[in-house]
Amino acid sequence: MSATSVEGGPASATPPGPSFGQRLLGVFRGGGLWREAATTAAAILLALLVGAILMIVSDPDVAGQWAYLFTAPHLPLAASWGKVWGAYSALFVGALGSPTAIAETTARSAPLIAAGLGVGLGFRAGLFNIGAQGQAIWGAVLAAYVGFAWQLPLGLHLLVAILGGLLGGAVWGGIVGVLKAKAGAHEVIVTIMMNYIAMYLLAWLLTTSAFQRPGRTDPISPELPASATMPSFGLTRFHLGFILAVVAAVAVWWLLERSVLGMQIRAVGANPHAARTAGMSEARTTIITMALAGGLAGLAGLMSTLAPAPSGVPTPLSDGVVGSVGFDAITVALLGRSHPIGIVFAGLLFGAMNAGGLAMQSMAQTPNTLVYVLQALIVLFVAAPKLVSTLLPFLKGRLRKASATGGEA
Amino acid sequence: MKKALVIPAALLGAAALTMSGCSTPPSATTAETTAAPKIDYIACMVSDSGGFDDKSFNQTSHDGLIKARDELGVQTKEVESTNTKDFENNINSMVQAGCKTIVTVGYLLSDATVKAATANPDINFAIVDDNPTAAKDLKNLKPLVFNTAQSSFMAGYLAASLSTSGKVGTFGGMKIPTVTIFMDGFAQGVTYYNEKKGKDVATLGWDSAKQDGQFVGGFEDVAAGKQTAKALTSQGADILFPVAGPAGQGALQEALDSSGKVSAIWVDTDGCVSAANFCSILASSVYKGMDVAVFDAIKDGVDGTFSNTAFVGTLDNGGTGLSPFHEFDSKVSADTKSELDQIKKDIISGTITIESAAQPS
Repeated sequence: MSATSVEGGPASATPPGPSFGQRLLGVFRGGGLWREAATTAAAILLALLVGAILMIVSDPDVAGQWAYLFTAPHLPLAASWGKVWGAYSALFVGALGSPTAIAETTARSAPLIAAGLGVGLGFRAGLFNIGAQGQAIWGAVLAAYVGFAWQLPLGLHLLVAILGGLLGGAVWGGIVGVLKAKAGAHEVIVTIMMNYIAMYLLAWLLTTSAFQRPGRTDPISPELPASATMPSFGLTRFHLGFILAVVAAVAVWWLLERSVLGMQIRAVGANPHAARTAGMSEARTTIITMALAGGLAGLAGLMSTLAPAPSGVPTPLSDGVVGSVGFDAITVALLGRSHPIGIVFAGLLFGAMNAGGLAMQSMAQTPNTLVYVLQALIVLFVAAPKLVSTLLPFLKGRLRKASATGGEA
Repeated sequence: MKKALVIPAALLGAAALTMSGCSTPPSATTAETTAAPKIDYIACMVSDSGGFDDKSFNQTSHDGLIKARDELGVQTKEVESTNTKDFENNINSMVQAGCKTIVTVGYLLSDATVKAATANPDINFAIVDDNPTAAKDLKNLKPLVFNTAQSSFMAGYLAASLSTSGKVGTFGGMKIPTVTIFMDGFAQGVTYYNEKKGKDVATLGWDSAKQDGQFVGGFEDVAAGKQTAKALTSQGADILFPVAGPAGQGALQEALDSSGKVSAIWVDTDGCVSAANFCSILASSVYKGMDVAVFDAIKDGVDGTFSNTAFVGTLDNGGTGLSPFHEFDSKVSADTKSELDQIKKDIISGTITIESAAQPS
């Protein structure tokens, strides 16, 4: 296999014609199924390998043993194997090792899937929605407010809280769509700024008497009553949120693949000029897509305030309550190739890694940050398929063959 | 195919070679150090979102855990939190890891700690910086709190005496009692200096009477801390007192950038030790003996004498105080030094009273 044959490989799938943005979106939208699955699996494998090397290098006790490589080779090998095996088995046990662990994985996957769908939907319409964080914050805020401030009957209370959260995200996303469609503002800049506005509005709201828990001077809301808490099924952490996320994935799949609106979204994403010539309204599609994307991110946000924590009571609204779900969603959408099914799997993978990361820290005393490094490496390798095929040569022939037959979907 | 295989193989080989050498491993008998013999007791710690490397609050508490490992021979486990949602999960993971004493670091973990202590009556819990009302009924939850208003009062007096612009500044990470207690003490120390010396040094960033001032909005963001510090120095403050964990390092950077115009007083631990690169601009630090308190709580657990009686660190018992002046030793006048000694005596005897709603009882 010479270097020239690589040039005919996956790299040639992107001809020089389209703009940089369209080429990047091509990566998000994905190509042949087998090729994508193989690249992703290879990326995970490579990430685990690099992670293992990082673990060995960063632990002074283990790295020190490598000084004896030529005199007593069993020492460094055993120490390194023990370290890596301990960490990765803890990662696995924490993610899938028991029913409780699996429930934790679903609980952590659910918001990632929901927000990932929001970001992925935007990608399909050619929109870089970086604003899932702000949209999720509004989902969390409105859902929590309905939860602790309103008194409603059982059942209705949760329903209204969920609808409030969806509305919060949809409006925050919809504003971006309107600004883009009517005023020509670029959605990347607008969504990033809207994230800051949402973040600081939340910080301010938590200092007002409407949101702050009586008797506290720090930014924290009252706890939510049971009537506004999502029900669990068997295990506390296996809750309604995960079901809602899967339902949302099916709905997005239906929207994109089976509905007229979805066809318009994909058409605008593929070629806005052609879509306009065909009589579709780019402005209308942009606004609707951003509102839907916002609603999905809002679903992720409302889970963080309505879903039960391990004690059975939801985490009260505070500054960091949604975490970094809106940014993690971008990597989930990228890994899932913006396809609803892909996003569900990507969300499950990241959720499992987050759940396992805690066990890795508590059982194997390996820093949690390694999990984020692994996640970043996986996405890095996925975004650079040529790098994967260089590092794992046996994949090269198959990837080339698949790209020749599969092509862009 | 062969050529392609060479690249990954070469990479791995190079990695292995860079780490390896030709040393001979030490014989097994000399490997054991002089550390205390290992005992079958697991002591654990959960940080708040600042992380154990914050050069401040979490790090000092963590030092107590390390000391327990080295001197008592206990095994240790630890988990760092990244956001508020993690707290319950993280404490639970320590329960499952078989910990016998779990120390949670920070007021923000209060709710989660009380829940875990209620659910696990056989495990000892100690929480740094909070005395939850619910803890009174819990036999297995020991609050570790510090009256840092006392030491911050001294820091305020020191800052006022060092200021040439007549303005000193402070800011917090978040408006929580364990932060505002420092700011209350600091502001009142400045006021005390003004009364004694007939001066008019202004405190920017905190109004003790209104209980309102400058906050970063979190403890992690160093850049935001620097922004907040800049806001104070641009109003003329030349001594900064950041009470914001790692974000407070932004104030130290701002002071370092000012090339001598601005200096700072660090909190929680002696900054000249934990953040030595900033020692040249640190007049002193308000230390909070969390390492000692954490160590004692773990030791009580090991000895079987654990109780739920709150530990309150004061100037009197050395649980809090002013760190040495280090490089500022020559800049602090002998008069100020003796005045500070007198203030310390007066606070202990109750001659000086500090008003702060956040003070532990």
